Amino acid sequence: MTDATSSLSSPQTGEAGFGDYVALLKPRVMTLVVFTAFVGLVVAPGQMHPMVAFTAILFIALGGGASGALNMWWDADIDRVMRRTRSRPIPSGKVREDEALAVGLALSGISVVMLGLAANPFAGLFLAFTIFFYVVIYTMWLKRWTPQNIVIGGAAGAFPPMIGWAAATGGIAVESVLMFALIFMWTPPHFWALALFMKSDYKDAGVPMLTVTHGRPATRRHILVYTVLLVPVALGLALTSIGGPVYLATALVMNAAFVKGAIGIARRTEAQAEADSYKVEKSFFRLSLYYLFAHFGALLVDASLVRAGWEVF
Amino acid sequence: MALGREHELHTRRRGRNLGLGLTLLAFVAVVFGLTLAKIGNGGGVQAFDHAPRPELVPESEK
Repeated sequence: MTDATSSLSSPQTGEAGFGDYVALLKPRVMTLVVFTAFVGLVVAPGQMHPMVAFTAILFIALGGGASGALNMWWDADIDRVMRRTRSRPIPSGKVREDEALAVGLALSGISVVMLGLAANPFAGLFLAFTIFFYVVIYTMWLKRWTPQNIVIGGAAGAFPPMIGWAAATGGIAVESVLMFALIFMWTPPHFWALALFMKSDYKDAGVPMLTVTHGRPATRRHILVYTVLLVPVALGLALTSIGGPVYLATALVMNAAFVKGAIGIARRTEAQAEADSYKVEKSFFRLSLYYLFAHFGALLVDASLVRAGWEVF
Repeated sequence: MALGREHELHTRRRGRNLGLGLTLLAFVAVVFGLTLAKIGNGGGVQAFDHAPRPELVPESEK
């Protein structure tokens, strides 16, 4: 494509820097994928050669990045409208849409094949399914159709620890399902808190977020319900073979704080929130990030203690 | 010497080519490391292809 034929609404040069292609892979989301997949792989029973484990994590991360690129390709129109996403590589005109599609498809293929070869075919297929779920089920279908978009779509972000577990064991177990459930139940309160203080973004873009379709008070109640439902999942994980004293203590403290935060959000009115620039909602969103990293970090610590011979339970 | 001056676009293009080159090198290194790890683990280093491999046939099937 020449400059003369490029879209006027989005000046596209086709001369992106390397960093722009890296930005297509959503590196910040990738940290969550890498971390949870790594924990899933480490806490799984059995030994894995460090190089094989490293390769497995690398290509799970690349698969996550590939689905991010495909998401940006499909959502370029709404990314141009939303303040939060306006500076992404496609809306800012640095990367062309067809380039993003090509990068996404190529990296999807490479990551699935390489994970299948490095770990086992089941893990590779699981990664392929996750990319399909995120791109087709969530991005193309649910996101613009139902306010339950992030509830069901959140499953895509919850699969990485299961893929890590599958890479190590070649299968699925109650522990990996509970790790999935932990992220799955955590996703709605996390994103709805974001939607509360990203006020008009989703409305302007026509994305049926709960805040847009059911109103903000209903969103606050939903946050509380999902946070309460998250508690048994988080504590249940402590009773499995991968739970330990560190995890149990972390889960007790973090869930108490998370429920307290959700009650605070549910009790607030929109006038109160606007008066302090959504201070409570923003701190709950921050807490949600610590919540997830603390749970998976605790699983990692317990697994390390067991490997070091400090088995408590 | 306006013609000889380097445009910002050239810098960006060089950065992109360098990044891609390093990524490909890293990929080669990963595949090489993975191969060594698999062989070191005692994994199969040969499989059936167009040539007969009698040593791969289990004793019971010989």
